[in-house]
This record gives sequence, C-alpha cells and structure tokens, in this order.
Amino acid sequence: MADIATQLAVERLLARYVASIDEDRLEEWPGYFTETCRYQIISRENHEKGLPIGVFYADSRGMLQDRVAALREANIYEAQRYRHLVSATLIDQVSDGVAMVRSNYLVLRIMQDGVLSVFSAGRYLDRIELSGAEPLFQERIVVFDNKRIDTLLAIPL
Amino acid sequence: MAELAWPREGLTRVPYAVYADADLYVRERQQLFMGATWNFLCLEIELPNPGDYRATFVGDVPVIVARDWDGSLGAFENRCAHRGALLCFNGTGHGREIRCVYHNWTYDLKGRLTGVAFRRGIAGKGGMPADFDPVHHNIRALRVESFAGIVFGTFSAAAPPLETYLGPDIATRIHRVMRKPIVLLGYNHQLLPSNWKLYVENVRDSYHASLLHLFFTTFRLNRLSQEGGIIVDESGGHHVSYSKMATDRQSADYDGAALRATREGYRLADPSLIAGRDEFGDGITLQILSVFPGFVLQQIQNSLAVRQVLPKGVGDTELVWTYFAYGDDDDALRRMRMKQANLVGPGGYVSMEDGAVGGFIQRALAGAGEASSVVAMGGAEATSQETRATEAAVRGFWKAYRAHMDL
Repeated sequence: MADIATQLAVERLLARYVASIDEDRLEEWPGYFTETCRYQIISRENHEKGLPIGVFYADSRGMLQDRVAALREANIYEAQRYRHLVSATLIDQVSDGVAMVRSNYLVLRIMQDGVLSVFSAGRYLDRIELSGAEPLFQERIVVFDNKRIDTLLAIPL
Repeated sequence: MAELAWPREGLTRVPYAVYADADLYVRERQQLFMGATWNFLCLEIELPNPGDYRATFVGDVPVIVARDWDGSLGAFENRCAHRGALLCFNGTGHGREIRCVYHNWTYDLKGRLTGVAFRRGIAGKGGMPADFDPVHHNIRALRVESFAGIVFGTFSAAAPPLETYLGPDIATRIHRVMRKPIVLLGYNHQLLPSNWKLYVENVRDSYHASLLHLFFTTFRLNRLSQEGGIIVDESGGHHVSYSKMATDRQSADYDGAALRATREGYRLADPSLIAGRDEFGDGITLQILSVFPGFVLQQIQNSLAVRQVLPKGVGDTELVWTYFAYGDDDDALRRMRMKQANLVGPGGYVSMEDGAVGGFIQRALAGAGEASSVVAMGGAEATSQETRATEAAVRGFWKAYRAHMDL
C-alpha cells in the first residue's frame, strides 16, 4: 500500500489538474505531463475491445500545448466550462518512483447560456512519475463510459 | 404539415421548414430511407465469422446485419415478428439463430422464422392455431450487397443494383481508398443537435471548409489555392470533394512555420501530427465521399474512416465514426493514423465545428416561417466543378432528395 505522503502527492496533482481546466487556465494543463508522455481520451467501448483510436491522442507535451493553442486561436466552439468531480483515488502500485493510479471522474458541462448537463463520466488510468519536485503524468488515459459525445469535445477531460 | 412548396428558384433555395417538420421526418423514413436508396449497414470486417451479427440502422429503423453460416450476408428488421420486441439489444451477437427474449421465437440469420415456443401448446392445450404457417411470419428482409468491403442494404425492390446506384465515378473513388484489406481502429459516436440533413449538407459543402475550420490556416499548414474540385454524380445525391496539398510544399510550409514564428506567432509545438505520407501516390490529401442519403467515406491525409448518419428525431442526429487502417501498415504509418485521428471525430481539429454548426441553424429556425436558405455558390447547377468554392454538391443532395420525396 502506498504511504500517506504518496497518496497526498497524487491527490494534489489530480486536484491541481482539475482546477486548471475548470478555471479555464488551460495553458497550465500541459505542464502536468512529462515531456514525452501519453494522453488519450477514449471510449470504454474501444478501450475494452483493444481498439486504439479515441477522441484525442498525444504522445508529447508539445501536442498538448498545440491542443490548447488550437482551442484558443483556431477552433470555433460555443463558450463552455467544465466542472470535474474526481473521487476514489486508488494507488495500485508504486515502483521505481512511478505510481499506477486509478480514479473516477464526472464532468458537468456548463454552456455560455447556463445550460448544465452531465457531459462525461469515466475513469482516469494514470502512470505518475514521483521522482521530480512535483509529480507528473507520464500517462493519463481517460476512459469515458458514455460512448456518445454530445455535440463536440473541445476542452480536455 | 401543409404541402411544402419548393421555391421557384429551384436548387438554389432550401426552405427552412425541411429541418423542422415532423410529418416530413416520417415521409423521409418511408420514401427515402426505406425507399429506393442503398444505406450503409457495416463494414465486412465487422462480421468476420459466420454466425456474427450486429445491430445497425437504416435511417432510424432498427436493422440486424448478419453473416450467415454459408458466409453470405443478410439483413432484416431488428424487430420480432410476434410482438415487435428488439431482437438484438446489446449491439452484437453470434450464433446459429437469433432468439427473441420475450417469447423465445427464433429466426435464422436471414430473418426467417424457425421456431415458435409452445407452438403446439402444453399437454394438448393452447398453442398456435393449426393454420399458423411460419413462412408467413418471417421478418422483413433487406436486399444486401457489399462493395469493396462496405455492406449496404435497401428495403426497396426498385433500387438498382448497388454498383449502378453508385455510378462509375463514385465506385472508382471508393476503390481508391478500399484498395486492400483493412483493420478496425475504433469508433466514435457523436450526438448532433440538429436535423440529419444539416449534417449531410455540411459534408457536401466544400465552401465552408477553409472559412469555418481554421486549424490549418491558423498554423499555416495549408494553402487555399490548392488544387481540387467537386464531383457530383448523375443523380446529384453522391459526391466527392478532393484536394491536393502538395506534400513537398506542405512540409516546406511547415518547416518554415516551425523555424520562424509567423506574423501571428502561431506554430505547432509538435508538428509530427501533419507529417503525413502520400500513401496513395496521387497527391490527394483529402477525399470526402458521400453516398446518398447518409454515408460518408473519408480520407483526410492518412486518417481513414466511414461515417454513418442516423436520424434520431426531427432535431437530433447520431453520427457514427468508424476508423480503419490497412492490414499491412508499417508501425510509423499506424502511429500517423493514430495522431491524424486528432483531425477528425467529435473532438477533431478540422471537424469539431461541424458538430455544432448544424445546431446553430436548428436553434435559429423558429420564426423562419416560409423563408429559405440560399445555396447559390458556383451557380445553379448540381454538376462537377474544378473548384471547391461551390455549393454544387449541396444542390445535388436536394436534387436527389426532391426526386425521392416528390417535392
């Protein structure tokens, strides 16, 4: 079992990640990942069948920065915010300074006109590097349960 | 609704009422989706083995498509002939027969009734009447044809053979993409808050591409002067839009963008996303192909997918994306497809706007009354053009639509 300090460090990373997205400080988001990393948003359907393609995939921090730049400067979408609720942070294993972590999330989406809906629910499957000053995601796989995405997915989960 | 009178301008006008009318929605099901059209059911690779079946839709009509034990394909309504319950409600299945969970009526993989539970009753009591003949209680079946690994079905005896329906121009360009064995890479399902026709028009609308989708231009990855054009088939209903981003020029642009900040200062931090490969050898970096009414085959650089457009009510549509690759891809090409999937789908850099823009029209319909939208770019015809600054393929859709709908 992971020690309490590790548990707290991991939960703090998860909380900071969520705060950056939900408070529209997306520019901070790539900074939670290692330079070479893996981030993917994929349906449970594809994930369980071993099908590799999802909604978004990145294998570098640069690709995450590009996502933010595209959302800020290029892509056109109705103004919207998320509210993440993250729970049940389970550290499955810690070895060689890397924690394997699972947690559940619920994301509410609030559109500019105030319409709030349950946008996505699912799991974060994380591989977190603990050796640096702050823990960082080497890998974050977002497995969403809802299969159908309403209208579009712009902001990362 | 009151009989819809099409504006006298013809193909260059589309009455807003077509996106909002519940009676028209029912007529579309009858005359269009269940009429003399061929509708995408699945890819052949999704039914690899005899006995495999899966639930799909023709329009909003639930259908089962199956590979029978002799390898042949069949399709029939996903509705028990007894009380009308869904037969396949978990998406996919496998077996020698399909059994309705409600009263255990069974069907073979062509939808023929093979068994009625307690047909002779129990201990001589009950049971079906003596004159009950299962032959008269088969499920309504579709004609099924596969073309280049893509399975289509039609409810209509009057529809021409599939290849005739597609015509040579469309068939050739389907073959261009479906040229060797494929493997499945994944699915995405997207709910569009709009009438289904707003999405299939969007697919045929090459005019909006460089105006609504700013990803390529913002990051200086594209040239608007690129070679390309539109092919509209004889019926108007099918189309191909294609363009060539000269790959050398593209990489030069992109190298330049990576080396020096452009005036606006936007460049990709990791340009590996667009380091595509000319795997077709013809320089065509984009080919969007539609088959009337609701099928799309897409090649956007190295991202390959089919899209199935499914009406879910007057103002709601489901878009199903099925991504694929070739079985003989090398690792680098497979990774490229993974990355370039970021261009398309519900969160795609060059497609996310399409998920919303139909909804922007749908939300503005109230009060439009008898007004019409204007579809006049590139003239009044619905024919092939050597430019993408045209709405010819949108007019083509309405030409075919009106023919099927007697409008």
